[in-house]
Amino acid sequence: MVPIISCKNVSFSYEGKTVVADVDFAIEQGDYLCVVGENGSGKSTLIKGIIGLKQAAAGRIERAEGLNRTAIGYLPQQSLIQRSFPTSVMEIVLSGRLGSKRFISFYTKNDRVIAARVLEKLGLLELASSSFGELSGGQQQRVLLARALAASPDKLKLLILDEPMNGLDPHIKQELYEVIKRLNEDGLTIIMATHDVNTAVSYASKMLLLDEKQEFFGTAHDFQHTGLGRELMRDSCGGHCAICGLAVDEP
Amino acid sequence: MIATLHIHSYQMMGMDSSIGSMGSLVDTLLLMLSYTFLQRALIVGLLVSICSSLLGVSMVLKRFAMIGDGLAHVGFGSLAVATAFNAAPLAVSLPVTVIAAFVLLRLSESGRIKGDAAIALVSASAVAIGVFVISMTTGMNTDVDNYLFGSILALRQSDVVLSVVLCVIVLAAFILLYNRIYAVTFDETFARAIGVRTSVYTTLLAILTALTIVVGMRMVGALLISSLIIFPALSSMNISKRFKSVTILAAGISVTCYLVGVIVSFVYGTPAGATIVLVNLAIFIICWFIRLLNTRVRSRG
Repeated sequence: MVPIISCKNVSFSYEGKTVVADVDFAIEQGDYLCVVGENGSGKSTLIKGIIGLKQAAAGRIERAEGLNRTAIGYLPQQSLIQRSFPTSVMEIVLSGRLGSKRFISFYTKNDRVIAARVLEKLGLLELASSSFGELSGGQQQRVLLARALAASPDKLKLLILDEPMNGLDPHIKQELYEVIKRLNEDGLTIIMATHDVNTAVSYASKMLLLDEKQEFFGTAHDFQHTGLGRELMRDSCGGHCAICGLAVDEP
Repeated sequence: MIATLHIHSYQMMGMDSSIGSMGSLVDTLLLMLSYTFLQRALIVGLLVSICSSLLGVSMVLKRFAMIGDGLAHVGFGSLAVATAFNAAPLAVSLPVTVIAAFVLLRLSESGRIKGDAAIALVSASAVAIGVFVISMTTGMNTDVDNYLFGSILALRQSDVVLSVVLCVIVLAAFILLYNRIYAVTFDETFARAIGVRTSVYTTLLAILTALTIVVGMRMVGALLISSLIIFPALSSMNISKRFKSVTILAAGISVTCYLVGVIVSFVYGTPAGATIVLVNLAIFIICWFIRLLNTRVRSRG
């Protein structure tokens, strides 16, 4: 199968300083990849590279044919500015439609229909005219997810999420993971950066561990039984694999 | 001292500043409209108020409010230097302030120097250069005083033309590019990812702000002009929670405050710039109380 995204020996740097090096992996349509690592390990930088917001200092990022801007949905890290921004849910979701529009553009009825459909899919339709700042953290993330999906609901192939679970309560996290899981089951390829390794391993099909360079890439199962991944799991999860249930020290 | 200066100027132009308070509001307005300089002040002021409030919503939300303040100081410095060398004030001030807008924007976006500290440095330096050059040449005179605290008497025909052009540009940019300006203000990273050239829009906002400040500072003064950008946006954000209504409301508040400020200033002979800003402050406090009441009611319900 042709990979939807492949990184070939990619490194990124800021002002000449290498942030993350030797990233080399490929994922296929339908994969659910979690990119894990400490803060500052290069997760967000890699995500920006895949989106096309940051140029690789070395190596190559290859996208499958037809995987253009409108086929990729993006949920960036939430900024502090947004939490108190005076805006309605509908205004946010509609702004996802701008990618396919020309320089001077107004929203059409079609845009509003699509936005409403996406909101309904994520169970947010009754909040359409609510103020973003008055929503809970979990609802806010779902609204931003709706914006990502609204870009082109029919052509969307890949959804990229940068730390969507930051600052969420555990049960809200669980809900959001379930929403993303459903999208993945509908055929969407997922790439998610997170430092919540424990939950990530039970949802992801593949794991990528970064620590200024690529430490691991492989299935979520192998991740829990090898190298740094095993150590992380041993420290936090009682040492049992989320997939096979065996102790992580066993192969 | 400034207040007496203003009363003095009104009286010099044949007006008794107490006349207005005795007639009705309509009479006062009619009387005001019979003076050419007040006609100009109303046209320029209302147009600048619209521009400053529209730009202000994005500038405040993007945490660029300090840029407005910095630009006003650069505007003052350049006007002072122009006066000292007998150059046309606007011909010097407009390009200098627009260039400053570029510089300040880069400074506040770059992580290298603390952006706000850098803006403070540029502001203070610009004022220092202006004051220094003036003391070497003409000395502190009424012109310089007008630049600091504003004077609606100083507005010329060219200001009217300039403010009409500016307002047309700002309104056109806001209506035609509204959705993109919203996207860039709310989430620059996302906007960039979906192909919006965000730096074009932030630069456009900064340049239009620079132009608004240069036109507006001759009216309300360099020390006060940034409040015309900040106050209406902050006031309307207390009341409305939607971007579109915040924008429209800010424009409404700005225009109302200007009108009320000019009328009060005319009737009581107070300096126009300071009066307009104080009306803005009053409205801000009222809006803030409305929000407090709203949250109280909601938390009880």
